[in-house]
Amino acid sequence: MLYREAGQFKTTYAADQAIFPILQDRLGTIAILVVAFVGVPLVATEYVYTGLLIPFLVLSLAAIGLNLLVGYCGQLSLGTGAFMAVGAYAAYKLITFFPFLNIFVLFALAGGIAALVGVLFGVPSLRIKGFYLAVATLAAQFFIDWLFIRIKWFTNDQVNAVAPETVIFGHRFGTAAERYLLALVIVVVMALIAKNLVRGRIGRAWMAVRDMDIAAEIIGIPLLRTKLLAFAVSSFYCGVAGAMWGFLHLGAWEPLTFDINRSFQVLFMVIIGGLGSILGCFLGAAFISIVPILLNQVPAAIGVPIDTALGQHLEFMIFGALIIFFLIAEPHGLARLWQVGKEKLRLWPFPH
Amino acid sequence: MGFFIEVLIGGLLAGVLYSLVALGFVLIFKASGVFNFAQGAMVLFAALSLVRMMEVMPFWLAFILACAIMVALGWAIERIVLRPLVNQEGIILFMATLGIAFFLDGFGQTIWGSDVYTLELGVPKGPMFIMESLFEGGILVDKLDIFAAVVAGGLVLALALFFQKTKTGLALRAVADDHQAAQSIGVPLNYIWLIVWSVAGIVALVAGMVWGAKLGVQFSIALVALKALPVLILGGFTSVPGAIIGGLIIGAGEKISEIYLGPVFGGGIENWFAYVLALVFLLYRPQGLFGERIIERV
Repeated sequence: MLYREAGQFKTTYAADQAIFPILQDRLGTIAILVVAFVGVPLVATEYVYTGLLIPFLVLSLAAIGLNLLVGYCGQLSLGTGAFMAVGAYAAYKLITFFPFLNIFVLFALAGGIAALVGVLFGVPSLRIKGFYLAVATLAAQFFIDWLFIRIKWFTNDQVNAVAPETVIFGHRFGTAAERYLLALVIVVVMALIAKNLVRGRIGRAWMAVRDMDIAAEIIGIPLLRTKLLAFAVSSFYCGVAGAMWGFLHLGAWEPLTFDINRSFQVLFMVIIGGLGSILGCFLGAAFISIVPILLNQVPAAIGVPIDTALGQHLEFMIFGALIIFFLIAEPHGLARLWQVGKEKLRLWPFPH
Repeated sequence: MGFFIEVLIGGLLAGVLYSLVALGFVLIFKASGVFNFAQGAMVLFAALSLVRMMEVMPFWLAFILACAIMVALGWAIERIVLRPLVNQEGIILFMATLGIAFFLDGFGQTIWGSDVYTLELGVPKGPMFIMESLFEGGILVDKLDIFAAVVAGGLVLALALFFQKTKTGLALRAVADDHQAAQSIGVPLNYIWLIVWSVAGIVALVAGMVWGAKLGVQFSIALVALKALPVLILGGFTSVPGAIIGGLIIGAGEKISEIYLGPVFGGGIENWFAYVLALVFLLYRPQGLFGERIIERV
């Protein structure tokens, strides 16, 4: 009943190709955007911004980047953290050389540099496939980790890279609320671009390569260009996410912020959210970034005193168990769960 | 020359230790196609179980009990995690093993504690000199590394005998060759997976023993798995000899590069050099040195 599309006729080509063809989806998206842009700033506190919302938004963007590569193009990558690091440090170096750069231009340039590095490490994907490729992308992760720790030029001889305050057209983005809105704008625009990318020719080519690259080559999809484009776009998204992580979330960061655990974290988001789904990236990011915080709060909330080391181990345990549970319950991720829910909602509450 | 050989031998012996971890990966991947990221966590868990039980009982009893624990763990993983995920894509299974790794890291340290424990196996430790007649001053090696190499050799021999001479081993090879064909002639898959995970668990126990004796039993042992991955892709995911030879190449390459290239790059290159080395090999042979030839049909 709630999700009936009956009576919604598509009378033009434009309507047929709309990004949200069903009225309820359109209304739902608008409602979420209104809540995010207007509702949240009315009620959120400083902690909610810095502890929950900003990391959630940035990691969603990274998850979209990885999902384009893994979920759509089928190239398994464990180097997300490295590409985020490239974006963050590229932005950091650019701003030291050109302090007048507009933040949007800066992030775009940082993403561009990350994309170049991504293409470089994507080249082996033409020859290496599957898990061999996954391990090969670890080479990128460890090499880039080492680069930012050892080569002092990247960090301006500091241990921590410190991002300057974000200024756009003379306005300082000092408070958490302003940084949240800035991140929100970037994420919404880039998510929209990603959604359209995967609906179009490029996305179709990626999916063909994912399903079987030899068959894709035979029907005339240039493998070299398609795979490298996937690596480039994915790394661009990760690079922008990395720059945002440094500039909008942390403010100051060390190379270990982007170590292999970050890569796994983003990969978890993609898998739990749903491979090959942009919505899934947001669901997965919400799940993975909120669960540890909740687990942290639980012992205090129910009044059981647990020392920190034990608490951390228990958190690990429960997190691992939850991941296994979700994989068993729904291997195709939260996005599939939502799809199933939508099917149910077509009839509900009148089952016949 | 003597120095070079010393570095080389040190590297080869370190490589044997990587091979021990890589072996566990290979066994599981061969038989069930699962890329088991939890191998490192299993090594840690096995070592922790052994060292904590040795505090209250003699070594042989603790060892047998630790073996039993690893078999039980293999059984639990097969029952609880793998069986519901049968026929899922490789990446989903890979993610599940990452979940297992998280769980085991937390679980092991919750029940056994998270300090650094020294593992005394009663084997000789410390440096010694060999081939003093050949080279000026001889060649410095660690006795424990020699012991590790002997253990690894014994383990590989035992595995080879198990695979080649027993009926279960034959069934394991059949499953590794072709799941469906093996099942159709009556090899019970669940039972085989249980065996494989148990064997991988015992291999993890041996690896944990050796690594624990070398570094002390602590969380960083779990990270050794990351060192075993380049060994794995270099040797090929499906080859036991590949794991050994790959380990030797990576170990030697890592040590030599650290001594001779390290100063050029400013040190600390051992974290990524193995990966880059493996990557270069892969560009020539995408299936690793001894991996099965990849045949793709449309």
